[in-house]
Amino acid sequence: MSRRVALEASHAVAEAVRMADVDVTAAYPITPQTHIPERLAEMVADGELSAAYIPVESEHSAMSTCLGAAAVGARTFTATAGQGLELMHEVVYVASSMRYPVVMAVCNRALSAPLSVWGDHSDAMAVRDTGWIQVFCQNGQEAFDLTLWAFRVGEDPKVLFPVMVHLDGFTLSHVTEPVILPEQSEVERFLPRFQYPFALNPDKPMTHGAFGPPEIYSETKLAQEVAFRNSKEVILQGWKEFGDTFGRYYHPVEEYKTENAETLLLTMGAFTETAKIVIDDRRDKGEAIGLISLRLWRPFPFEEFRRTVKGAQLLIVFDRCISFGLGGPVFSEIRSALYDEEPRPKVVGIIGGLGGRDMSEDNFDYVINRGKEIAEKGSGRMLETVGIR
Amino acid sequence: METKTVRFGEKLVTTKEFLAEGHSFCIGCGEALAIRLAMKALGENVIMAMATGCDEVTTTPLPYTSWRIPWMHTLFENTAAEISGIEAGLKILVKKGRMPERDLICVAMGGDGATSDIGIQALSGAFERGHDFIYICLDNEAYMNTGIQRSSATPYGASTTTAPAGKFSMGQVTRKKNMAAIAAAHDIPYVATACPSYRFDLMKKVRKGAELKGPAYIHILSPCPTGWRYRSDLAIEIGQLAVQTGIFPLYEIEYGRYRLNADPPKLKPIEEYLKLQGRYRHLTGEQIQRIQEMVNEDYAKLKEKVAASPL
Repeated sequence: MSRRVALEASHAVAEAVRMADVDVTAAYPITPQTHIPERLAEMVADGELSAAYIPVESEHSAMSTCLGAAAVGARTFTATAGQGLELMHEVVYVASSMRYPVVMAVCNRALSAPLSVWGDHSDAMAVRDTGWIQVFCQNGQEAFDLTLWAFRVGEDPKVLFPVMVHLDGFTLSHVTEPVILPEQSEVERFLPRFQYPFALNPDKPMTHGAFGPPEIYSETKLAQEVAFRNSKEVILQGWKEFGDTFGRYYHPVEEYKTENAETLLLTMGAFTETAKIVIDDRRDKGEAIGLISLRLWRPFPFEEFRRTVKGAQLLIVFDRCISFGLGGPVFSEIRSALYDEEPRPKVVGIIGGLGGRDMSEDNFDYVINRGKEIAEKGSGRMLETVGIR
Repeated sequence: METKTVRFGEKLVTTKEFLAEGHSFCIGCGEALAIRLAMKALGENVIMAMATGCDEVTTTPLPYTSWRIPWMHTLFENTAAEISGIEAGLKILVKKGRMPERDLICVAMGGDGATSDIGIQALSGAFERGHDFIYICLDNEAYMNTGIQRSSATPYGASTTTAPAGKFSMGQVTRKKNMAAIAAAHDIPYVATACPSYRFDLMKKVRKGAELKGPAYIHILSPCPTGWRYRSDLAIEIGQLAVQTGIFPLYEIEYGRYRLNADPPKLKPIEEYLKLQGRYRHLTGEQIQRIQEMVNEDYAKLKEKVAASPL
């Protein structure tokens, strides 16, 4: 029997890690991620989880330690945020290129300077090209579900890629919500034991991490990209199996009231739930508006995305990050994804919610109104923002 | 004659080679020899993590490898963290019954740059956490893989490409970072210095470091013909002179107790060591004298520690 309990989203992640019976956790504390490693350390100390909790001296070492543990066949987990993700940046690339299926929760945080421990998506956008499977959570249940699912997909022998689970710092990580926890036996049915096919072992010596001369580097990268794109099949299959086991189904692009919508708002992460309230209001008033939320950020779900926005006149993309000199990174990717489509909606990008700035219902109202206005009259401004003085 | 020599060695050292032929180390490389000997001392039940450096690029150009043992490389500065994960991973998998129990040695290797500069934080962390591993620093006293740039392990007076000798410079003006002392300050069970010119001493220390529970640190002086600019047949002689002049003494620190492993009654003048190497060619008599004084000071300090250690 599953149980419905009140859990902080960070603790929901830790609970998923415990139920996944992880072998090695290496983490370095950083706000707003701390509640995840704290809870895991506590579980190990109390014997609720049989794992090595390694209190490393930096995030760079956290990821490096996970690589070592994964290389000998251990199920590994780490969590970080903001500056921590930036400090481990080069190791993040190595994890995917060497096909170590580490799972990492990122409690999304702004980047310095000025120092900010509060949330936005700058850290996530800085690692978008690192070759990790990446998903965004909207609530505590999803934080639990997607963490569990991350092990299932990343460790699949057809995949062997690391998976990043993004949950918004504070606005999600520190929020207590009702979460349905499954039975351990159900988890074991869904998540088989990790069998790493290339584990380092003296009986069959292997070299991990040889260097790539120009004659071969390009081929290794192309092979990685092909394998990464092919992981989509297992991603979808993992969500299907998850739904069949636990009753909750996930999709690469989540739709909300999109039927016959002329205008679509696109969000990622926890603010999606705030935006839904605004969509409800407007739908009640008869406006043909809907919302889509990118659940799967990498590999980018081109097919599902194009299918979802087909027929819409306007797509308003809300970004929680600035790519300096370019604008909203999600906005620019979305535009490029639609370039070959005929017909395609107009795409407008608006940036807000930086460094912990709240996004209220009024703010989303403004986003939609302003988006429509720009679509009609064009924007005279260099950069469209919301809630910024 | 040659066969006899091999037979004599056979009783002391395995004839198996774990670093295979076909690598691209420079001719006369002290580091290649040091690794070969260390691997013989460790045997086949090892898992190795290696930092980016000469030893990594000369042994693993995809799709080839010179390693007959399980070997892993990811980055430059994270090798101690990587071996931490390997060690902890193996331990927990055995504890959970997912892997049969066996004596596996976790070994990490890195150059002086990877160890005393960019990787010192990860190494300090791994020492502090007390993982059961042996870390071998292959010290060729500069960033040789990238073309002889100075490191914190480059000795006073040596000319490198980023601290070159010139009209207004004598090259390196700082003293060599004492990495063995830094390792020892972590109160780990075993710290030792070694040099491939003294092969049995080197192998004994590597073996001891691997056998003792907890972290061990072996600092190996690895003469480099390319960076030190010496004739490629002089590697052994230069290593011997480093020890005999006292600029690189062979000692070990076991549970805090210092012991000198070679203590010549009289140290040879440092000039004998310096004059064989192009990196010191520019030094004046006065500067050589200054180096001699430094060697004397450091050696005396070391002997004090040895004298203060109970047998």
